[in-house]
Amino acid sequence: MIGTLLDRFRGLKSFPRGIHPPHRKKLSEPRPIELFIPKGPLQVPMVQHLGAGCTPIVKPKQEVQYGEKIGDVEAFVSAPIHASVAGTTGAGIVAVLPSGRRVPAITLTPAAEGALPVGFLEQFLDRNWDGVEPTSFSPEAVVQGMRDQGIVGMGGATFPTHVKLKRDPNRPVDTVVLNGCECEPYLTADHRLMLESPEAIVVGLYLAMHAVGAKRAIIAIENNKPDAIEAMRRAALGRPGFEVAVCATSYPMGGERQLVWAVLGRTVPSAPKGLPLDVGVVMINCATAHCIARAVVRGMPLTHRVVTVTGRGVARPGNYLVPTGTLFSELIDHCGGLTDEVLKVVAGGPMMGPTVPHLNVPVVKGTSGITCMVDAETAHWVETPCIRCGKCVDNCPLHLSPTKIAHAVKFRDYAMANQYDMMACCECGCCAYVCPANIPLAQYIKAGKNQQRLMAAQNKK
Amino acid sequence: MSDAEIPPLPEATPAAKPVPESRSEFLVTSAPHLAAGVSTRRVMFEVVLAMVPLFVFAVYMHHARAVVLTAATLAGCLLTEVLANAIRGRSQASLSDGSAVVTGVILAFSLPPSLPPYMAFIGGVVAIALAKAVFGGLGQNLFNPAMVGRAFLMVCFPAAMVTWAVPVPLQEIGVDATTMATPLYAAARNEAIPAMSDLFVGTVGGSLGETSALLALIGGLYLVMRRIADWRQPLGVLAAVAIFAAIAHRVNPAEYEGPLFHLSSGALMFGAFFIATDYVGAPITPRGRLIFGFGVGVLVMVIRVFGAYPEGVMFAILIMNALTPLIERWTTPVPFGGHVAAA
Ligand code: SF4
Ligand code: SF4
Repeated sequence: MIGTLLDRFRGLKSFPRGIHPPHRKKLSEPRPIELFIPKGPLQVPMVQHLGAGCTPIVKPKQEVQYGEKIGDVEAFVSAPIHASVAGTTGAGIVAVLPSGRRVPAITLTPAAEGALPVGFLEQFLDRNWDGVEPTSFSPEAVVQGMRDQGIVGMGGATFPTHVKLKRDPNRPVDTVVLNGCECEPYLTADHRLMLESPEAIVVGLYLAMHAVGAKRAIIAIENNKPDAIEAMRRAALGRPGFEVAVCATSYPMGGERQLVWAVLGRTVPSAPKGLPLDVGVVMINCATAHCIARAVVRGMPLTHRVVTVTGRGVARPGNYLVPTGTLFSELIDHCGGLTDEVLKVVAGGPMMGPTVPHLNVPVVKGTSGITCMVDAETAHWVETPCIRCGKCVDNCPLHLSPTKIAHAVKFRDYAMANQYDMMACCECGCCAYVCPANIPLAQYIKAGKNQQRLMAAQNKK
Repeated sequence: MSDAEIPPLPEATPAAKPVPESRSEFLVTSAPHLAAGVSTRRVMFEVVLAMVPLFVFAVYMHHARAVVLTAATLAGCLLTEVLANAIRGRSQASLSDGSAVVTGVILAFSLPPSLPPYMAFIGGVVAIALAKAVFGGLGQNLFNPAMVGRAFLMVCFPAAMVTWAVPVPLQEIGVDATTMATPLYAAARNEAIPAMSDLFVGTVGGSLGETSALLALIGGLYLVMRRIADWRQPLGVLAAVAIFAAIAHRVNPAEYEGPLFHLSSGALMFGAFFIATDYVGAPITPRGRLIFGFGVGVLVMVIRVFGAYPEGVMFAILIMNALTPLIERWTTPVPFGGHVAAA
């Protein structure tokens, strides 16, 4: 509360509660985006989004061009998959996603030459978007473009963007918030993208605004990225309705409920039902906005994304433009390999990212980073008794009582856990981060939520 | 680990280690993978650290007695903890969390300096055995163990618990007696009370480690600033006492002392910052802690002004401990965005 007031006083957008973990972004922050062309074979999963999985529309041993559609499905909530390199398809296999989910995938061996169009990196980071008039596209065309090019939320949720940005006359949207907070420690992919290709992000944001019929766009960036703030400010100059909101560096600033409150003062109703849409807001990640511009204006499919490879467990941290389907092992090899002390490999950042058991895991549309952590930089959950210090309650950004929920889950009392609104938890991990008794609170709560979903699904049957 | 400790990046090198395939090569855990690293032991250590100036002052005031008494309660607490762990077949890990040490020191500080050490020892045993171990150990107890220990001694040794030795420095400047009334006793009997400055600094008769409001305030502010103690309980206590005392003083200045006297005397400042902030007995909700503190302050004043005892911190804490579960239920925060809608 006091912290929020201080932030306000300093002109920063902020939200009450939350934590301040070490940033550790210096490892990869200064490294410009570098294109990585794997030798393969790639494992391109047919499910890289929330919703219905795609069916392969190519045969094994078939030559495919870069960007050719290789998987699609009829369902509305879905996104097609495109060949992320030119090459030859292999057998259908089962790939393990970074989340641990097993899904069908196509193997793809990149062509020895011409796997990617010439000048791919320059095209990707193209800064010349002059003369592009987003309003010359109809909202329907924008949404169709996103669907055709397989755009999904790249912040991690991977919700198909054409669904999110479809106009709904019953739920008007007045503001689109661009999430450039990147509040997860270590990760710098969004930061680099904002520095190296801010114009495309602004165009993408404009297209999103146009699609939903919003009049206002807010670009939200934490104040630990002054160069990105500057770059985005410049890129957005002269666009009507655009503003840049400088946010306090506080975790989880990039959470949709926190950010919407910080920049607009609106309270999004609790999960699992509540959405920013309920208060007239749509939030998109800056990597997503970048892809929207490329998809709608240039017709480029979502085949690549910027991935931060970082942590003290990898020899050469950096930010890499990687085709989806690239195996972690190959990318990490390219980064000089793992060091001997590596303990965990996390897909994403250390606050919310799942660990992978091995490196035979493909990069997918939602993979923002690979954090290779050594023993000294990770937490060790040696649970001791709760001392009722209340720190978990004080720091939960959603005002829950984590110790109550976690202990209810521990004793399998799900009714009690629900009494304390377990399903509203966003799994940010603040509670576990602060707990002096070292109780993996967020981990318990996550397990409880999964159990609850399972039970709900069983009851339906 | 701070950012500064991360070594500079090596230049591009060949793979340091062949990249493993398909095996579960790495530790698999659920997120988050970072923690603030402030452990229970660290918290307890900080609390003890904040009490060191008070201990030094106690030694200055009561010389060897301060050391002997503190050693006696500590021995009582720690031995009982060991025994309780052994009986319940638990590891002795709980010894190293430091919570028994904090209990022992707080108990020692709340005792009359002239108390025979064996009584202090018994107090320590009772604090851990009756108030903590029987409830299931750290975090399970309803009442503050140190205050339970003290209450037990009050009941068993009522005379010894209200005999106040004259501090050594006061003897040296010629207070010609072996015992004296504490400022609160004096005030209750409408006798002369010491100068405000003495009261605030703590060079008056009273409990072993609680007389110096100044040092308790310094140690307490340190804990609040380090975010070890919450500011809500101390604020609640101090505000309630100040308001209550101001009103009482306004109504009858001859009978009741003003807010400054009440804030600086007895165990008030120490209690506000070190006892009311004890995690276990206070609500886990932020609003609850404010209410808890305010309740303690009001009860202290009710006891001081209307009660038979001149000092009320101990009873106030114990009563509010009993109310904690109730307060917690009332003040459970509503989730940001409202309760989860029914499915
Ligand atoms: S309870 Fe959930 S929302 Fe609250 S701090 Fe823990 S993980 Fe975050
Ligand atoms: S932070 Fe940990 S020790 Fe403190 S109340 Fe929550 S669960 Fe208990």
